[in-house]
Amino acid sequence: MPSSIQGLSTIRILSQYHANLWIGGILFALIVLAGVFAPWLAHTDPVMDADLMNSGLPPGHDFWFGTDDQGRDIYSRVLYGARVSLTVGIGSQLINTVIGVALGLSAGYWGGWWDDFINGLTNMMLAIPSLVFALAIMAILSPGLTSLLIALGLTNWSFTCRLSRASTLSVKSQGYVQAAKVLGYSDLRIMATQILPNILGPIVIIATLGMGGAVLAEAALSFLGLGIKPPFPSWGSMLSDAREQMMLAPWISIFPGLAIFATVLSLNLLGDGLRDILDPQSRTRRT
Amino acid sequence: MDDQHSPAVLRVEDLNVKFTLGSALFGSRRTVHAVNGVDLELRSGECLGLVGESGCGKSTLALSLMGLQLPTGGRIILDGEDISAPGVDRRKRARMAQIVFQDPYSSLNPRQSVWRTLAAPLRLHGITDKDEIRDRVTEALGRVGLRPELADRYPHEFSGGQRQRIGIARALILEPKIMVLDEPVSALDVSIRAQIINLLLEMKETLGLAYVMISHDLGVVEHMSDRVAVMYLGRIVESADWKAIFTEPRHPYTRALISAIPDPFGKGIGTKIGGEVPNPIDLPTGCSFHPRCPHAADACRQPPVPELEEIDEGHFVRCIRAREIGQGE
Amino acid sequence: MTDDTLLSVEGLCIDLMIGDRPHSAVTDVSFSIRRGETFGLVGESGCGKSVTSLAVIGLLKHPLIRAGGRILLDGEDLTTVSASRMRALRGARIAMIFQEPMTALNPLSPIGRQIAEMFVLHKGATWHEADRLAVKALGNVRVPAPERRVKDYPHQLSGGMRQRVMIAIALACDPDLLLADEPTTALDVTVQAEILELIRDLSSARGTAVMMISHDLGLIANMCARVGVMYAGRLVEQQEADSVFRNPQHPYTQGLIASLPLLGARARHGRKALNEIRGVVPAVADFPKGCRFNPRCERSTDLCVETDPDRTWLESGGFVRCHHHG
Repeated sequence: MPSSIQGLSTIRILSQYHANLWIGGILFALIVLAGVFAPWLAHTDPVMDADLMNSGLPPGHDFWFGTDDQGRDIYSRVLYGARVSLTVGIGSQLINTVIGVALGLSAGYWGGWWDDFINGLTNMMLAIPSLVFALAIMAILSPGLTSLLIALGLTNWSFTCRLSRASTLSVKSQGYVQAAKVLGYSDLRIMATQILPNILGPIVIIATLGMGGAVLAEAALSFLGLGIKPPFPSWGSMLSDAREQMMLAPWISIFPGLAIFATVLSLNLLGDGLRDILDPQSRTRRT
Repeated sequence: MDDQHSPAVLRVEDLNVKFTLGSALFGSRRTVHAVNGVDLELRSGECLGLVGESGCGKSTLALSLMGLQLPTGGRIILDGEDISAPGVDRRKRARMAQIVFQDPYSSLNPRQSVWRTLAAPLRLHGITDKDEIRDRVTEALGRVGLRPELADRYPHEFSGGQRQRIGIARALILEPKIMVLDEPVSALDVSIRAQIINLLLEMKETLGLAYVMISHDLGVVEHMSDRVAVMYLGRIVESADWKAIFTEPRHPYTRALISAIPDPFGKGIGTKIGGEVPNPIDLPTGCSFHPRCPHAADACRQPPVPELEEIDEGHFVRCIRAREIGQGE
Repeated sequence: MTDDTLLSVEGLCIDLMIGDRPHSAVTDVSFSIRRGETFGLVGESGCGKSVTSLAVIGLLKHPLIRAGGRILLDGEDLTTVSASRMRALRGARIAMIFQEPMTALNPLSPIGRQIAEMFVLHKGATWHEADRLAVKALGNVRVPAPERRVKDYPHQLSGGMRQRVMIAIALACDPDLLLADEPTTALDVTVQAEILELIRDLSSARGTAVMMISHDLGLIANMCARVGVMYAGRLVEQQEADSVFRNPQHPYTQGLIASLPLLGARARHGRKALNEIRGVVPAVADFPKGCRFNPRCERSTDLCVETDPDRTWLESGGFVRCHHHG
């Protein structure tokens, strides 16, 4: 088997040390930790501690990120907001992935009318802008975390489904899948043990990148008032609150904005880093 | 060891596999008759060589034998049971017939250790005792000449020849009676082919297996087969024991095939026959070989398609002019 | 170098870069091809035969780099010429055909056009003339009804037809040397015989020298006048084709011939267990020290493990690289 070959450009060196993976991974881990340990890291209660005497204060000694127009500590609210964004981001993407893989794998493996049906369904889903779809669902359901998970989890599986189907089709023709059939494995067992492990690479990458999109989607929905209802903190609704104060008290929007930016960036870097590792060409490197 | 009286372990009766191409909506449906009325018999301890060029149907036939392709007609009887019926339990068939694939680089699951590849089928078939599993895996590896310590490794750590051995071990683990060998050495380096060929022959003797071997390498076919069947466009056009096929071929196609092989100790490149293998969709009328046959007569071009006739003991030919053409021409 | 030597490869070394480290993929390979001669290079995967031909036609790309030696075409050293001179030579004096014609032909261009291009590029013909010459070229490679087939696209042709088109393109400008890298490996046996005969007929009619590369000993033996056997980057034996088969000198060649199930052998001598060559073909990064064949050789001694053998010239005019040849 041929060994792989590397050139010496800077990009190559960076990717050799998996810079993407480390930076993205560490940053994301920090954000997750911030969210998990929010009750301990925060200085105040994000909802209850609202003293109008403190409203509109710029970042300073007591309030690291300043206060909003209701007098609430932005730093604490950003920390708690992380919980929402991460729950929705990770949770909805998990739902998407499970649905997408289940439908795509089975469609690719069985073919026939089931495949035609899934393809038609996927085509329809892809024709509807997913955010609009989620919007519509949120409008029907009452706002809240569960509704967000449902809305975002049920509308974004099309790409994963397509990807799973394509990967399944190429893996299906490999000798070892046919060998499994010949050895007496049932279809379900083959799909789970022979096909699934061999298509996971790209799917994990897409799922990671999709989390970034889900975080943005949650922010957008909350910004529009359809996501997490105030006063509970969500980065998106914090941005919405800050709209009028943009010029006078920019910190009210900067910090939640930075938080969204950092989270999505870390997920994108993590996804790219995973792609470098899981890419089949790097895997066949012989030592 | 050819025992003419040992029971037939595999019998194929009038097997047909048809594929339809084109969409029914626009009325342009065409049928490819990949396997067209094939009869075969295989006895325990026998190796049947299946020979033919692209489009002849040998691969489709092999897939049908393994249950990977549903036949559209005919019967496949393995050890007395008709396994071509759609409801047959995969596991039952698995214990009777197994397959060794051509490409050692795609026939093993890259994410499974060799151990798991060999042990999982045993567990699937109800063997749960850890010691028994270990014994059988070690035995299978030993038979193909691999040390048991290698079982914890992954496919990418092995060479092509070793992977093929693992594939053979996997085919053996359920102790089948029949193995289909699909081009077992074509993808391997020339200098290690002998290892695998010798291994397969030795296993056939010691384990009493029967092989259906597909190969385009006539030298390998001659070396390994007890009987040979030549296929052309879905039909068997000649079948006989190996010596008869290679020393006295009677069908014009078989003769062309054999003489096309470059013989390092001879002088010619081989005699060519004109044209290419025709499209299996547009079968010629009468004998399918007539457009390329140097001996084609008017009768050959008219329907019906010639039958397989026994022209010598055990030697079947599908050619109405076989007797006239004579030998050594 | 005698007057009728067309190509002379002297001490060719090619390295394969793995990471930053060079590994010798082809080491000190020397051979010559006479005008009009068919020379065969036979060996297995990783032996360096394809890479050698790429070096001759100047198509080595990173990670392969030429690390030494000369390649003389009619006295002109191809290793020192400019890129534009090499481009001019390619097609006009040296041509190459490959194993898989589907990837070598442009799928979006009719085959007539691809052949005509050769005339336009190298002979300065107008497109009109070139189209006419293309039809003739297609006829030369025995494609029936060439005037109609020139409009076909590669995917409309069978494997054998595409290979004929490749040969037509390669021979369009009457090159002195044709490199054929496994030209028939992907074809059915009956088609293979036709293509080989075509190559043989055309090359002898035009006096084109052919370097035939293959892993198939039988094919090489029939097509070639002289044969070189390569193993792990070294040319281990070279003799007249007949001698290589009837009197091989190198243990690898001997082992290889004895391991092949040759047609007619069982009918003549009964079935004998095939002679196995133990071990596996080494990867480029793992070429053994000393004689590269020594781990698999029955005659291997300490000398073989330590020292890579030099060439021993044989009376028949060829050579062998072995401490214990014969």
